[in-house]
Amino acid sequence: MLKRMDDGTSKETTSRSGDSLFPLEVSNIGLETVGQSLLRDVSFTLAAETKTVIIGPNGAGKSLLLRILNGLLQPTSGHFTWAGRTTDAAVRARQAMVFQRPVLLRRSTEANIHFVLNGLSLAERNTRTQALLEQAGLTSRAKTPARLLSGGEQQRLAIARALATDPGVLFLDEPCANLDPSATKEIEDLINATHASGTKIILVTHDLGQARRVGDDVVFLSAGRLVEQATVQDFFAHPKTALGRAFIRGEIVM
Amino acid sequence: MPDLSSIFALAVGLVFSFDAELYAIIGLSLAVSLTAVFLGALFGIPLGAALASLSFPGRGALTAIINAFMGLPPVVVGLVVYLMLSRSGPLGVLGLLYTPTAMIIAQTLLVMPLIAALSRQTLVELNSEYDELFRSLRLTAWQRITALIWDGRYGLLTAALAGFGRAIAEVGAVMIVGGNIEHVTRVMTTTIALETSKGNLALALALGLVLITISILVNAALLSLNKTARRLAYA
Repeated sequence: MLKRMDDGTSKETTSRSGDSLFPLEVSNIGLETVGQSLLRDVSFTLAAETKTVIIGPNGAGKSLLLRILNGLLQPTSGHFTWAGRTTDAAVRARQAMVFQRPVLLRRSTEANIHFVLNGLSLAERNTRTQALLEQAGLTSRAKTPARLLSGGEQQRLAIARALATDPGVLFLDEPCANLDPSATKEIEDLINATHASGTKIILVTHDLGQARRVGDDVVFLSAGRLVEQATVQDFFAHPKTALGRAFIRGEIVM
Repeated sequence: MPDLSSIFALAVGLVFSFDAELYAIIGLSLAVSLTAVFLGALFGIPLGAALASLSFPGRGALTAIINAFMGLPPVVVGLVVYLMLSRSGPLGVLGLLYTPTAMIIAQTLLVMPLIAALSRQTLVELNSEYDELFRSLRLTAWQRITALIWDGRYGLLTAALAGFGRAIAEVGAVMIVGGNIEHVTRVMTTTIALETSKGNLALALALGLVLITISILVNAALLSLNKTARRLAYA
């Protein structure tokens, strides 16, 4: 059901439209609101090739970090660069975001994708829309009002729409939080296919199983701080910190 | 004074006799109010959408003014337009006073704030739902407003029809700027006022029945429209 968009076999991430955004270098990012420090001194570097999972307990600041990287929030301290560039319009144009609760327009499934395909001729738009629908396994649902789709279908549509602009990096904020295992599997397959076609994945999840299944490397946050960054294998086999060990064992860390 | 049931019978008879004068009055009423609602929506809906979704200096003040003007007394609007259009007024040279155009201007001013305020209310909710997506997609202000208007179209139609209800039923403004001139600016409400004072109750009541029928039809249309929208999860 899930089909790759292009038949390119390479994993090159210096991809189809423009230069690579990676490495992403995050330096001492902090986010404070009145009297509260939500993120403190977070620094890490991400490479282009991997699927990165950002994990941590509730309130760790995972979603905030993702929103900062997508430019939806301004950090109150620190900075980050995409292959040495600060976030400018060209960088922004190559990012796409999928939210925990899919935000779908009150339109048909295909119209939701059509909406983001600016600057193309109608014929190109239609071709691209059909390809994306097929990739997301939604071809038979093209004319259905988007908000009448099942939860899993809605999230697949949100991902397909995010992919419409052919992003260099796809942010996903707990995309499977409300989904059953089979719908989760379909989303994960779609994420893997997206990665295989050359898009960097940055996935926020609190589901350790998903982190293991999908992730190549881990950024582990707790209480607004970066606790560990490692490959998925290393993190789950030999966590370096007490917090990491406790989190893997399922003990609450706050 | 004849009894009520015979007046009622006369009125119904008038409606179904397709009396030319009666239908000319109904036609003018509809033409004036529909045009005013069209113009009010043309400006009011984008204004409401901008107030709902964009941040710009003066937004709070403008919202307060629009909300306050929702309930403007029609006679006051009539008076203001009268002063503008009267021979000695700033727009007097246009010679618009006592024409249907003057009535359209007055009713447009009357319904525009109402449509804008109701549109803003409808779209504020929709905007808060879409906001993060739109920001993530880096939409321009124009793309944002047009998307909100399209997706909120059923709610906005309700706002426009509320404007129509206000326009078709008001008498104060059109009386002042139209002058209630027979065959020129006489509409349903002004005719009802005039004919009642003359004691010609059958004609007044006939027009009253038509007015009520129109408002029932409009509301029924609205109801079925909203039902369809909800069924398609578009509302």
